Amino acid sequence: MTAPTLESATRLPRSDRPDASRPRRSNREANLASRLGVFALLGLSAFYFIMPIWWLVVASTKPAGHQFSEPGLWFDGFGLFENIALVFAESDGIFGRWMLNSVFYAGVSAVIGTLLSALAGYALAKYEFRGRGVVFGVILAAVLIPKVMFTLPLFLLFNQVGLLNNPLAVLLPSIVSPFGVYLARVFAAQSVPDELIEAGRIDGAGEFRIFFSIGVRIMSPALVTIFLFQFVEVWNNFLLPLMVLNDSALQPVTVGLVGWAGSNGQVPAGTVVVAALLSVVPLIIAFLGLQRFWRAGLTAGAVK
Amino acid sequence: MHTSSTRAVTTADSGRRGLGRTGAGAPAPGGTARRSGGRWRTPLLFLLPFGVLFIAMYLVPIVFAFVQSLFTLQRSGLGLEAPTLDFTPLANYTRLLGDTEFLASLGRVALFGLVQVPVMLGLALLLALLLDSRSARGKGFFRLAAFLPYAVPGVIAAVMWSFLYSPVTSPINTLLERVVGTGIPFFAPEIVLWAVANIVTWGWTGYNMLIIYSSLQTIPAETIEAARLDGAGPARIAWSIKIPMVRPALVLTAVFSIIGSAQLYNEPKVLQTISGGAISNTFTPLMAAQAQVTAQNYPYAAAQSVVLALLVGVLSFTFFKLTNRGER
Repeated sequence: MTAPTLESATRLPRSDRPDASRPRRSNREANLASRLGVFALLGLSAFYFIMPIWWLVVASTKPAGHQFSEPGLWFDGFGLFENIALVFAESDGIFGRWMLNSVFYAGVSAVIGTLLSALAGYALAKYEFRGRGVVFGVILAAVLIPKVMFTLPLFLLFNQVGLLNNPLAVLLPSIVSPFGVYLARVFAAQSVPDELIEAGRIDGAGEFRIFFSIGVRIMSPALVTIFLFQFVEVWNNFLLPLMVLNDSALQPVTVGLVGWAGSNGQVPAGTVVVAALLSVVPLIIAFLGLQRFWRAGLTAGAVK
Repeated sequence: MHTSSTRAVTTADSGRRGLGRTGAGAPAPGGTARRSGGRWRTPLLFLLPFGVLFIAMYLVPIVFAFVQSLFTLQRSGLGLEAPTLDFTPLANYTRLLGDTEFLASLGRVALFGLVQVPVMLGLALLLALLLDSRSARGKGFFRLAAFLPYAVPGVIAAVMWSFLYSPVTSPINTLLERVVGTGIPFFAPEIVLWAVANIVTWGWTGYNMLIIYSSLQTIPAETIEAARLDGAGPARIAWSIKIPMVRPALVLTAVFSIIGSAQLYNEPKVLQTISGGAISNTFTPLMAAQAQVTAQNYPYAAAQSVVLALLVGVLSFTFFKLTNRGER
């Protein structure tokens, strides 16, 4: 069941295609009352989804120490820049370090992970070999059991081999993305024509050469999607870095910020509010800027 | 669409394989030039980097945890000597069966899943249908608004909501007090689970809605037009045509939402510090297992982890099989 839905997800959603597929709807047909009703319900939902983020933005712009002043959902004075400076000055500037750590963990894992997923997915799609079904079955099984279930066993293992408090303890598990392999296999099967591979062989190119010069090039939009999903997954990861990293200078921003939030007022609540906003800004920009790629991989993302 | 998609489900694999074969009316790719050995070697090399890490980061830890769970830690009476490990294969699992806190945490996430998943998916389905209706305006904006929470990492969302819930700072309660006269005690023991459910619902409704919405978009216009000509109203079309046709998307989102409930951790963990004790250390199974790790009770933590992974695995596969069979 997963398989088809995932595959249909990799097709472009119809909203991206010209709207000719559906006959033009006549505005007159939908009467005003139902239009207002639909608009009211959608508006209510939009309020629910946006309100907390709106509150975060508004609170962050209020002067330092007045984050919770009335009115809660509207502006009152301006201290955004001062607040940002306070966040970066707190605890010897550790916040900037956390952000960089997150970029590092998510970036490195997603780059290497996408490459490994592309190689594996391409092989599963384009080569016939004995055991292919078994390999793919194991990967599918891993997709179905969420990664977080492996976190405590990973901790126990790393504790045994002395890998705790080492960036590798976050990087190594984060690189592995069975879901990425799944996507890459679907994408490769759909988009890389066997004739091109055959033509490459006739020209005398080796298999890896063919993969890098033909496969990767054709799959590149799909690889961006795989990269994005993995990047966000690693960026959002909390339990793994929480368990395997003790040194605050190594922690990503999720772990650091939750530490601040639970510090019982040692770090002012206002600073935590502004830091929370700062930590989601890069992701929101990435979302707005790369909407096309999100939509392409959207249904597929449900597997996480 | 329904039948074709179900066909796609069951034949996705064989279809692709078939394509590989027919595409190779010329010899199959991979099996061309280097027929002996080369057939195996190339795909193996491609799979190797991923495979090695996969084995090391997925299989080895689970096996290691399983082995560890077969031992118990014996601390000497006075605690003066180093504790020893005794091989007692069933001890941890017997203990687990009598561990009321762990069992209670399982019950709690089951209740959570039973209520939160239908509410969230019902909401997602309703919003998707509204967006897909002929009366909707400003679709782009509403779609984006619903998807925005997905861009906020779970723990950051929880930090944000903790301020919105906090008895001291809650702007929601200030507003409610002014309008209705009373606020909501979000951290009361009987409410806190639903306060957590709200954060999860906030984060994932839009995401699920978009999956259902893109499935709605694949319904052929002619089908809907035909129903309309037959005199069916929008509600009737939604109920009798659209919802049955997006059933695969609903099943998919349901399966993954249920699995998501089983691994509930981030939101309650973040709320715990300000919950005033309403969220215990063993609120969810994952929190319970983590508490055992923190207490350095590794073998027992390993047993809990193994049982959890097994439960989630069984849950996933059951749904996967059931839905696959149902489709056929």
